[in-house]
Amino acid sequence: MATTKVPISTDVVSDVVAEAIPAGMEMVMMPVGIPGYTLRQEQRTIPATEPPVLPINADLKFIGRSPERWDGHAKVSGQARYTADVQLPGMLYAKFANSNVPHAKVVAVDTSAAEKVPGVKGVFVIENLLGSAKLLNPALDVSKYPIIRYAGQPIAAVAATSPQIAEDAARRIKIQYEARPFVVAMEQARQADAPMVFPGPANEEGTAGGGGGAADVPQTGNIHGPSVNTHGDVEQGFKEADVVVESHYTTQVQVHNALESHGVVADWKPGLLTVWASTQGTASVREGLAGFFRLPKSQVRVITEFMGGGFGAKFGPGNPGVVAAALSKQTGLPVRLMLDRKEEQLSVGNRPSSDQTLKIGARKDGTLTAVQLVSYGTAGCGTGAGCAGPATNMYQYDSLRTEENDVFTNAGPGTAFRAPGHPQGAFALEQTIDELAERLKMDPLDLRDKIDRNSARRVERQVIRESAIWKTRNAKPNVDSGHIKRGVGVAQGVWYRNISMDSAAEVRVHQDGSVEVLSAVQDIGGGIKTVMAQILSEQFGVPPQQVSVKIGDTNYPVGPNSGGSVTTASLTPAVRDAAWQAAQKFLAGVAPALGATPEDLVLVDGEVRSRSGKMAPITFRRAAAKMNTSEVSAQARRIPDYDRKAYETYGGVDVAEIEVDVEVGLIRVKRILAAHDCGRPMNPQQTKSQINGGVIQGMSYALYEDRLLDPNYGLMVNPNLDRYQIAGSREIPQIEVHLVQSYIGQSSTDASGIGEPGGIIATPAAIANAFYNATGVRMRSLPMTPAAVLTALAHSQQKKETA
Amino acid sequence: MSEAKLPADQKDPAADPLHSDRDHPVENKAAKGMTRRGFLKGAGVTAAGTALLEGAQVFSREALAATRGEVSGVKEYGPGPVQVSLQVNGKEQNVLIEPRSTLADALRLDLGLTGTKVVCDRGACSACTVLLDNVPINSCMTLAMDAVGHRVTTIEGLAKDGEMHPVQAAFVKHDALQCGFCTPGMVMTCSALLEKNPKPTEEDVRTAIAGNLCRCGTYPKIFAATLEVAGVSSPEVTPKA
Repeated sequence: MATTKVPISTDVVSDVVAEAIPAGMEMVMMPVGIPGYTLRQEQRTIPATEPPVLPINADLKFIGRSPERWDGHAKVSGQARYTADVQLPGMLYAKFANSNVPHAKVVAVDTSAAEKVPGVKGVFVIENLLGSAKLLNPALDVSKYPIIRYAGQPIAAVAATSPQIAEDAARRIKIQYEARPFVVAMEQARQADAPMVFPGPANEEGTAGGGGGAADVPQTGNIHGPSVNTHGDVEQGFKEADVVVESHYTTQVQVHNALESHGVVADWKPGLLTVWASTQGTASVREGLAGFFRLPKSQVRVITEFMGGGFGAKFGPGNPGVVAAALSKQTGLPVRLMLDRKEEQLSVGNRPSSDQTLKIGARKDGTLTAVQLVSYGTAGCGTGAGCAGPATNMYQYDSLRTEENDVFTNAGPGTAFRAPGHPQGAFALEQTIDELAERLKMDPLDLRDKIDRNSARRVERQVIRESAIWKTRNAKPNVDSGHIKRGVGVAQGVWYRNISMDSAAEVRVHQDGSVEVLSAVQDIGGGIKTVMAQILSEQFGVPPQQVSVKIGDTNYPVGPNSGGSVTTASLTPAVRDAAWQAAQKFLAGVAPALGATPEDLVLVDGEVRSRSGKMAPITFRRAAAKMNTSEVSAQARRIPDYDRKAYETYGGVDVAEIEVDVEVGLIRVKRILAAHDCGRPMNPQQTKSQINGGVIQGMSYALYEDRLLDPNYGLMVNPNLDRYQIAGSREIPQIEVHLVQSYIGQSSTDASGIGEPGGIIATPAAIANAFYNATGVRMRSLPMTPAAVLTALAHSQQKKETA
Repeated sequence: MSEAKLPADQKDPAADPLHSDRDHPVENKAAKGMTRRGFLKGAGVTAAGTALLEGAQVFSREALAATRGEVSGVKEYGPGPVQVSLQVNGKEQNVLIEPRSTLADALRLDLGLTGTKVVCDRGACSACTVLLDNVPINSCMTLAMDAVGHRVTTIEGLAKDGEMHPVQAAFVKHDALQCGFCTPGMVMTCSALLEKNPKPTEEDVRTAIAGNLCRCGTYPKIFAATLEVAGVSSPEVTPKA
């Protein structure tokens, strides 16, 4: 590596004298800022055991480059084995019997007919349901079986020798219900006389991916809240405002629909429960199963070699995990339980809806005097519909008041979904900021420059300002005269630097010159395997494809649960530290045979070199043959960020160019330019892949996706991929991603995550602002379907005529 | 259809569900009734449903026979397993399957070819795409018995002599995959497109994979990868027309 640690002697840097460097620590200089804009060296006090400071990407050979996805070959060839692909000798197939009513007390469950089906080996009736909110006082609703609070709630399951037999048998489970009045529409559930989803206060636990609402809040009827956050005096703020904009926004429920459904293969053997799980957290599944079955964690092993997407919904064992494990324990055989697509849409999470009243006051110069948000949202029979994140954390303001309310409905529980609350919040906030800009006669980017202190977003706005798309924007809305109206809009997103300290890795160096890295972390599609290989390549000079990456197994050192965009930020420093420490051990191990002292040796660019020049360079592989043991290894875990004075937010700015056909109401997104930052991009190609994904998912949310519940029966009417619409190949716009490298000097890799900040937050709002630019009409509701567009246009026309 | 191979163990042309319109001896009606009931019982419908379905089936069978000027003459299978021979990736393989098995299930569960993914299980996402005589089909919507006598190519059979198919290599190069669950289906569809149309436009690629869903958002790179294999220059994915 080109740069090594730069010790700062205290007699040179005067302001350091005052703060003595603690024992075991040392002062280093690290690159901080944005190359081409604000890059500088800043000092950090870090543990002396840390590896040398990494220079910026331009000066590195493997990190910051884009070697091909480490497991790309396995994935394109069909060799990658996902949970649904695991087949074990004697394995049984399990299938749930689910409720077909939205609200009921289960009086009896008769499994006798199912048990008689030839091939059925086990039957299990759920008595402890996971995922939904729970009554604080269970005595309010005593029942042997969990109360049915949504259609599709699992009740029992069978395990049989084939999937078909299991399905046949599950249908023969007879469930006797005592039906209750139900409510699935949030507006109705908010009424005082609405059927009560819970007879008393109830809370839902969050997951490693977030989700779950505030616990210590009032509950009135179905309204769980408000959860209030205040800063300063908003009343005073609005008095000081020259302009106040207040608007009402609504957003729909979005279903994750990862292509691989939730599910596990559980193999309960005496002394060891092994579970293959489609999960974003091997650690969370192990913890959940150990807790549920009161097993020592050492006797639960969770394996996730490949997984087919999660987007926030796959943490912990969930009902499929505990039921499969119970059936395996009961039958003594391995059990596979994968949800079908309908179950996937009903019972394992969704992005809650929102109903937001947002009021913002500003002075003539654009500075914000007050921000006030009152939100309601339904996470079904769960909580976590808050959406105040963007309003609270994106801009500077004098005062703020947010009130977030969850509204219980008889629908499947919401859960974390890629940037929980943020696409909803940004949809309202970013349109309001645009409205303010128009009222203040300011350019929307200039206004944001005024109120957003984040330096990376400032650069991103500059990228947008100079882009071809932005230059074609008409500042005046609705200038096209034909039925196709073109518009350009911009919006921003904010996310947070979350770190999981449960991030560890082991690096091994073998005598044959091979190297491997092990961690229980799972790759949910972001490409952490590739990044881990790149880190070892940088250390040992071995090409990434020759590094062995072994992950997704709790037999390895603990890995972070991949939620909140923590994976890369949390794990990569541990991998680099382990690689560095293993390299030092390796040098110590070969020094005698090389006739050198370990201190004189360095491992650079795949060669062992002598600092003093006493020894000619020797390749890493040849040196490894001289190791005095067959293997050296080092394990490291994440240490806290180096110097975290402020809570770091990061994010991006997206600009969208759209065409609206005002005759048929169709919106076509033509181009998106997405400028984003995520600390040091470890593998720009993979990073851009994720941003493409966020942009496309955001566009899909903005225009197409909508979970529809029938208010008369409480059933989802589009529980599949033919009726639940997701953007497909024909809808994809031209997407250009601009990655801003933003060094913050916080860890040995200085990486952050991109899963959440990339696209999903800003894109829907950018499309909405582009719609206004095209038509002069605000879309205050999602999704922007042709029917919704025509309604909005007609409504606006009516208003004009009345006026 | 006329070239179709019969199941290895059943030489009677009537035994092949693909050849039910051929001349063949009339089946024993009593045995047939048993079979039908057995099939319905196996399908696990409720008593009321059984009556309804049985009526419907009788009706449709008779209507069908009438249009063909036949009395009867359809051999029935099931509910028990039937031995059939499938030609998968160039190899004849005997499998014992329930007649109701989909091709996707036969490939995944009976032949261990798990590269073919099942996502929606009703033909809405094309993750389960395989080639039937070089034509991409949804294997979740195809009965395994209907694939008898046809050449089935799965993602595992696309590489030749250990060399990745050019579409596979281009997918890796362009990072046209993330979680990888839609990838086998995407690769099958794109490779079939190039067989049929070696110089597609980007619009052709969009049309070809219009039925393939990806939730990670890999589409732009799939367009680029496929066009690169075709030698069609497309440095940036262009907006649709």
